[in-house]
Amino acid sequence: MRKSLLDHLLDWAGRIVLIAILAFVLLPFVVVAIASFNDGAILSFPPREWSWRWYANAFQYRDFGAGLTNSLKIAVFGATIALIAGAGFAYVLDRYEFRFKNTLNGILMSPLIIPNFTIGLGLLILSAAASLPRNLWLVVATHVVIVMPFVVRSVYVSLQNFERRFEQAAESLGGSPWHVLRTITLPLLAPGLASGGLFAAILSFNEFTASLFVVNQSTQTLPVAMYNYVREYADPTLAAVSVIYVLAVAVILLIVHKFFRLEKVLNVE
Amino acid sequence: MTKRPFLGWFASPSILIAFGIAASFLAIVQYSFRANIPGALDPGGFTLENFTTLWKAIYGDAFLNTVLLCLWTAVFTLLIGYPLAYAMVRARSVRLRSAILLISLTPLFLGEIVRTYSWMIVLGNRGFLNAALMQMGLIDRPIPFMFTMTGVVIALVHFTLPIVVVMLAAGLSHIDRNLERAATSLGAGRVRVFLTVTLPLSIPGIVAATSTAFAWTFSAFATPQMIGGGQVQTISTLVYQVGFASFNFPLAASLSLTGLLFTVAVLAIFNTGIRRLERIGGH
Repeated sequence: MRKSLLDHLLDWAGRIVLIAILAFVLLPFVVVAIASFNDGAILSFPPREWSWRWYANAFQYRDFGAGLTNSLKIAVFGATIALIAGAGFAYVLDRYEFRFKNTLNGILMSPLIIPNFTIGLGLLILSAAASLPRNLWLVVATHVVIVMPFVVRSVYVSLQNFERRFEQAAESLGGSPWHVLRTITLPLLAPGLASGGLFAAILSFNEFTASLFVVNQSTQTLPVAMYNYVREYADPTLAAVSVIYVLAVAVILLIVHKFFRLEKVLNVE
Repeated sequence: MTKRPFLGWFASPSILIAFGIAASFLAIVQYSFRANIPGALDPGGFTLENFTTLWKAIYGDAFLNTVLLCLWTAVFTLLIGYPLAYAMVRARSVRLRSAILLISLTPLFLGEIVRTYSWMIVLGNRGFLNAALMQMGLIDRPIPFMFTMTGVVIALVHFTLPIVVVMLAAGLSHIDRNLERAATSLGAGRVRVFLTVTLPLSIPGIVAATSTAFAWTFSAFATPQMIGGGQVQTISTLVYQVGFASFNFPLAASLSLTGLLFTVAVLAIFNTGIRRLERIGGH
């Protein structure tokens, strides 16, 4: 069938709209990359002189290093705890009926609709009321609450697509529940667990609002350190940090995309 | 052998966490009915004063600002997100699809700070946008984007776009293409097929995406805080200010609680809408 003039026009209009939208998505990252090489402390476009000095400054600024260490610790502990608790819950959610199942599910999923500033405030007040110290574990607990719904969802989807026959075969051959879990269920669930855990770690690493409520000077995360920097200094050091941040995330996503396919992880296939 | 192996072991950690969530929610409810004692960490006795204070103009303005931001952000995010999701789901070349997917979804994994800071550099008086417009001779004085609703909406649209694209793409990918083919074979043109088949079938996805956009915009903090710079107060920025500048945690708690009840009410309306649409679409 030959394309009419209208079809050609539609094709071209579609392309232009798509390119414009993608340009809007990419614009801030391109601009921040240009700004990061601006030699002067005051921004100008285009930069009059170029330099790497803000990158050097970013690596020398103590709070970023300390924030990165905290963020990595929190992401690892938070994602691990959320993965263990979330995978366990997804399993019982998929397989069993028990009392208060819906209540439990509702409470655990509620952080999806409760704003992060409310979660942060709630845990801050709770820790003050219970006289708990405002240490790194409080931040870890906050992150577990926030990322757990995503882990539960990811593992639950894997369990829904799970072939029960392999487990049934192992059971009928006399395998104990523990043996079946260890040799059949867990290996088959590994991709779902891995993507759920990774997703949780990335979300935790990026979390800012709730963290701002529960951190103190010694437990501040990288996003909080970055926020505090903007409030105090106007130079482009943060632009350099942003560029490194974007590149690191893009590389991680490319690797994830290669192994898991993002379409599947995000269920948009 | 028990019929439900591992139930206790697997459920216990999540029960513990659920108790933590419930306790922190109760802590907010409890604090919002307590008097504030300036300078003391512990709150005073029972009072309704926090909620009567919320009737003051600055809190009303923050609510109004938040609702307006949610509305505008939802409208623009849908207008931009729909073509993007459509292209992502329907692109014939795998490479193009992967490229669109990576470009539009990477911001989802970048967090609020990096994205908001980047927009500050774009929108500032000496920022990229004003510099470009001035050099092209289109304007001779910078347009103030920073500290305005317009600036906050632009950055919020960028912040909300990836999740909206995910929701819309999920909806679009589940549409049965045969319905479109049937319409085409009966002589409908592309525009007509889109308007009478594809668009109506994607309405459940649009409603779901709108409710998510609302929830994201409502809970956004860094964007209105950094781009709005105190000139555009929202519920989130005000909760932080009341808590950490005035140290009035009971008032911050009551403001949070009111905001949460508002969110739940709005999302409940959306959910009813989605259920009705599914009933129409399913049969």
